Amino acid sequence: MDNKLVERIESNPHYQELVSKRTSFAVKLGIFVLAMFYAYILTIAFNPSVLGTKIGEGVMTIAFPVAAAIIVVSFITTLIYVSRANNEFEDLTDKLREDVKDDL
Amino acid sequence: MFRILAIISIFAVAMFAAGDATFEASKRDINIPAIIMFFIFVGGTLGITYWAAKKTKSASDFYTAGGGITGFQNGMAIAGDYMSAASFLGLSGLVYLKGYDGLVYAVGFLVGWPVILFLMAEKLRNLGKFTFADIAAYRLAQKEIRTLAALGSLAVVTLYLIAQMVGSGKLIQVLFGLEYEYAVILVGIMMIVYVTFGGMLATTWVQIIKAVLLLSGVTFMAAMVLSHYGFSFEALASKAVETHNLGQAIMAPGGFISDPVSAISLGMALMLGTAGLPHVLMRFFTVGNAKEARKSVVYATGFIGYFYLVIAVIGLGAIVFLNSPEGQAYFVDGKLFGGNNMAAIHLSHVVGGDIFLGFISAVAFATILAVVSGLTLAGASAISHDLYASVINPNCTEAQEISISKKSTIAIGAVGVVLGIAFEEQNIAFMVGLAFAIAASANFPILFLSIYWSKLTTRGAFIGGLIGLATAVSLVILGPIVWVKILGNAEAIFPYKHPALFSVTAAFVGIWFFSVTDKSERGQKEIELFRPQNVRAETGFGADGAVDH
Repeated sequence: MDNKLVERIESNPHYQELVSKRTSFAVKLGIFVLAMFYAYILTIAFNPSVLGTKIGEGVMTIAFPVAAAIIVVSFITTLIYVSRANNEFEDLTDKLREDVKDDL
Repeated sequence: MFRILAIISIFAVAMFAAGDATFEASKRDINIPAIIMFFIFVGGTLGITYWAAKKTKSASDFYTAGGGITGFQNGMAIAGDYMSAASFLGLSGLVYLKGYDGLVYAVGFLVGWPVILFLMAEKLRNLGKFTFADIAAYRLAQKEIRTLAALGSLAVVTLYLIAQMVGSGKLIQVLFGLEYEYAVILVGIMMIVYVTFGGMLATTWVQIIKAVLLLSGVTFMAAMVLSHYGFSFEALASKAVETHNLGQAIMAPGGFISDPVSAISLGMALMLGTAGLPHVLMRFFTVGNAKEARKSVVYATGFIGYFYLVIAVIGLGAIVFLNSPEGQAYFVDGKLFGGNNMAAIHLSHVVGGDIFLGFISAVAFATILAVVSGLTLAGASAISHDLYASVINPNCTEAQEISISKKSTIAIGAVGVVLGIAFEEQNIAFMVGLAFAIAASANFPILFLSIYWSKLTTRGAFIGGLIGLATAVSLVILGPIVWVKILGNAEAIFPYKHPALFSVTAAFVGIWFFSVTDKSERGQKEIELFRPQNVRAETGFGADGAVDH
């Protein structure tokens, strides 16, 4: 990739839209997952007994549903990301390719 | 295939004959149906390996499978890699031993995947090379980066290998009644044979098939466990609390992850380590484009997440069934036969009889062999390709490089056997946690910064990466597990079990400092090269379709 092409792509509005949308989407989801996981880890680190809080009369604690929820929510975030990335972001990439295809 | 079966048989017979008096006392009855199942499945996977290995000739086939693996297949293969002995045997063993703490590992292992997807997967694919060293070397100097990547890979591979060796050694011990040391040596020899005979691409298929079998197997096992309790998780948990000697404590985090620093450190290692495992990163180059790379993470996360939820049931089931009066048959001298890592294997016998024990053992063993071969190959090529052919002797012939690669395979196998024996009593999920800590400290920072930080230079990456690696390795050695339990010293020099918090920080600070103070001409050129690299990472232009190497 020569510098001229790099500059042409960088100044293309589709490229700018792709990068800014994807970066902000990925960063938001990433921060969400990180915050969820670190809230969990910091609870274990500093106040593990919170997770030992019982649900109802039996032995069941909130620790198990919390772990299961983190696993399920993590999976859902990957679904959310991919359903947008494989449509919207791929379309933008295709438009950009169309714009610069003579130089590729 | 027959050669391997013959070797196993000869060894098995020889080991039985060699049994001494104390060994006889702890030996268990040989379980013929289980052993037959075992041979059928192990033989089958070896057959697949042989078939796939014959179909792949070129280096490009070898690395990328022609770029023709779909997102779904790749997701299954990643899940297969991930559901290794450490996850299956180690996590279920940890839940059996400590209760909830095992699940903390499961959550951490899983949470790494969304992070990989958002930050790394498509950029790795778009930079479109074969190994993670190639990505870091995209704009940095080959020699330094390859040396560092090889050292990082070897450290990760060695620790990961120990975990798998312990798991497979224990498995052979339980199934065939061999003494642990002989079982580990046997696995070491099989591993070396398997690597020279099978090859890397074949493991994709073995992993896919194994992932299906293992998911079916654990689902069956969990269903059998829950069927005794009217499919109520609560009822199972009540019984587990009743029978476990820690009582209600197994329902919350505690014993194993006991201090705040260790908890934070472990969380960091698990989350970032996945993005630094050489054999996992390689999987993103086997798919055709960024779209498939993303899909594969979704499938992988789904399968792995399901697997971990099921493992929680299996771990609690092991507590209940193995602590029951009937479960006493699986104990020798008051200790679970084969150690706590074997809890799931014994449980499979309780709920499914001899045939199911054979099935689960065989699937577990086949996966260990596939993972171990992949690891050994990654380690051997780090020595022969990155260290020897790129750094030590750049003018070497291909024959010399191949010869070094074979010798490295044998050396890594031998190291795996020796360390596998030394680490016999350690929980393998914990061992993998340490491997993740090293991956998070040595490989991840360089990879991450080379993709995202324009001011990274070779000097910064090399010195900072070495600092991260050296910190992680020395803190593991000076920590409570190796310094006290393995080397027998009275007190650990480094008090925490998990070094990642310190070593990851050291790596990032080191890389930052030695990059921004790098005023050399080469450094300036590397900074300028970031722009074209970044455009390619964002768009995949220049890397579309099959990899163009």
